[in-house]
Amino acid sequence: MAYSEKLLEHYENPRNVGSLDKAAVDVGTGLVGAPACGDVMKLQIKVNERGVIEDAKFKTFGCGSAIASSSLATEWIKGKTLDEAERIKNTHIAQHLALPPVKIHCSVLAEDAIKAAIADYRAKHPAKPQG
Amino acid sequence: MDAAAKINGGAAQKGDNRPKLPIYLDYQATTPCDPRVVQAMLPWFTEKFGNPHSRNHIYGWEAEEAVERARKQVASIIGADEREIVFTSGATESNNTALKGVARFYKDRKDHLVTVATEHKCVLDSCRHLEQEGFKVTYLPVKKDGLIDLGQLDAAITDKTVLVSVMAANNEIGVIQPLAEIGKICRARGAFFHTDAAQAVGKIPLDVNAMNIDLMSISGHKIYGPKGIGALYVRRKPRVRLQPLMTGGGQERGFRSGTLPTPLCVGLGEACAIAEREMGAEAERLKMLRERFYQGIMAKLPEVYLNGDHDKRLPGNLNLSFAYVEGEGLMMGIKDVAVSSGSACTSASLEPSYVLRALGVDEELAHTSLRIGFGRFTTEQEVDYAVEHVVAAVKRLRALSPLWEMAQEGIDIKSIQWSGH
Repeated sequence: MAYSEKLLEHYENPRNVGSLDKAAVDVGTGLVGAPACGDVMKLQIKVNERGVIEDAKFKTFGCGSAIASSSLATEWIKGKTLDEAERIKNTHIAQHLALPPVKIHCSVLAEDAIKAAIADYRAKHPAKPQG
Repeated sequence: MDAAAKINGGAAQKGDNRPKLPIYLDYQATTPCDPRVVQAMLPWFTEKFGNPHSRNHIYGWEAEEAVERARKQVASIIGADEREIVFTSGATESNNTALKGVARFYKDRKDHLVTVATEHKCVLDSCRHLEQEGFKVTYLPVKKDGLIDLGQLDAAITDKTVLVSVMAANNEIGVIQPLAEIGKICRARGAFFHTDAAQAVGKIPLDVNAMNIDLMSISGHKIYGPKGIGALYVRRKPRVRLQPLMTGGGQERGFRSGTLPTPLCVGLGEACAIAEREMGAEAERLKMLRERFYQGIMAKLPEVYLNGDHDKRLPGNLNLSFAYVEGEGLMMGIKDVAVSSGSACTSASLEPSYVLRALGVDEELAHTSLRIGFGRFTTEQEVDYAVEHVVAAVKRLRALSPLWEMAQEGIDIKSIQWSGH
């Protein structure tokens, strides 16, 4: 299976690796996948008072495609509002990294991770208007 | 070693300790042809191209002579008579022929087979086909070390059992089953004993008589011979009969029709002859390389687990789980070192290795496994390079792993409600 240069570059030099304080009020955490299925993604966002994602971090247990998909996801959501970030689709990620068909589920997981992080942040701010 | 230099191209530069890249550590998948094997094969492609079954001229006679010499060489390495060796296209065909052929021949009297959960797919799939034809099959479990329980085997055999098929050495975890004990039980209970020895021939001593083996599958490309050839040993006394899968001109005593590929037969024979001569010394060298790798990894990385028994194991095999690091992701991180993984991501299915699952290895650990295979052309420098790069990649990927982070924080991964997908 040959991987695209973009995918390999993200695998070799993943962006935004790390963790944010999951207890912090301005941090949303998404943890998706399962160890038994061979991939787990943790994606975290730090959101400012204007509803903009000012920082994003990830850690991924998985194949190269899963690592690259989550790395790309953090890169794309930084600087976006929650609503904008929510519109990122797995197909965009899959297309950008030229994922082979058997690896599409990695991009699905990355989309799920973004959504889960946003949902977690929103759950911490029930009173605020969304976005 | 002369041959090693030929295959590897030697070290990158003279006086340089770095090995030439990439490094092949996947000897259970396949092996390169030994240059001596290729040399022996070459004339039989061109000037000596005769059909070994042509009875009326020198072309046929010399090809037949070459094929029969090869048959003797194959027989010799397993202590058999050359009349008991049937050439096939490989171990898959040998396994299919042994299981389906024997079951179908004796179906009026017996309808039961016994095999093991960790067998190669071609044995398990042949059993599935036989089940569709109405045969019953018992799939023995294995213990945590990968070995079968002899008491369970004995209990599984009935007077309806025609064949017991237990592999000699496993292709993923390299574990060697107690063949002599199994053979003894089968002989006492009146069931034929077939063993898939694709991984074991030429690696460990085998003797069909001492071990009471009735049928044995042999592969060419696992023992530095060519791909596309194998053999099936079929015992003559007491006689084992089977219904052929391939019918036609009645070659190979009717067991397997089709013109024999003279160069491939010669290659398999030469590969067996070399292995028989060099097996003892090579096994010691491979064990040394294997331990060098294993100890090197264990000294530098915590939470690495060996899958399968340590001692009852092929000298050139290791199967390790690197907890919290997914196997395919790890292989990508050591791209100059060719190994294979029991992770689901390397196959079309989403299930991790069924062999590791049969050992009771957790699914999450099965996803983190690598099979590392050492062979005739592996050097110490290559092993050292591989250790260094595996260690570096595991460290890097653990720093990237949310599971490793949780483990460090003392969170039990099993306590989390995972979403799955």
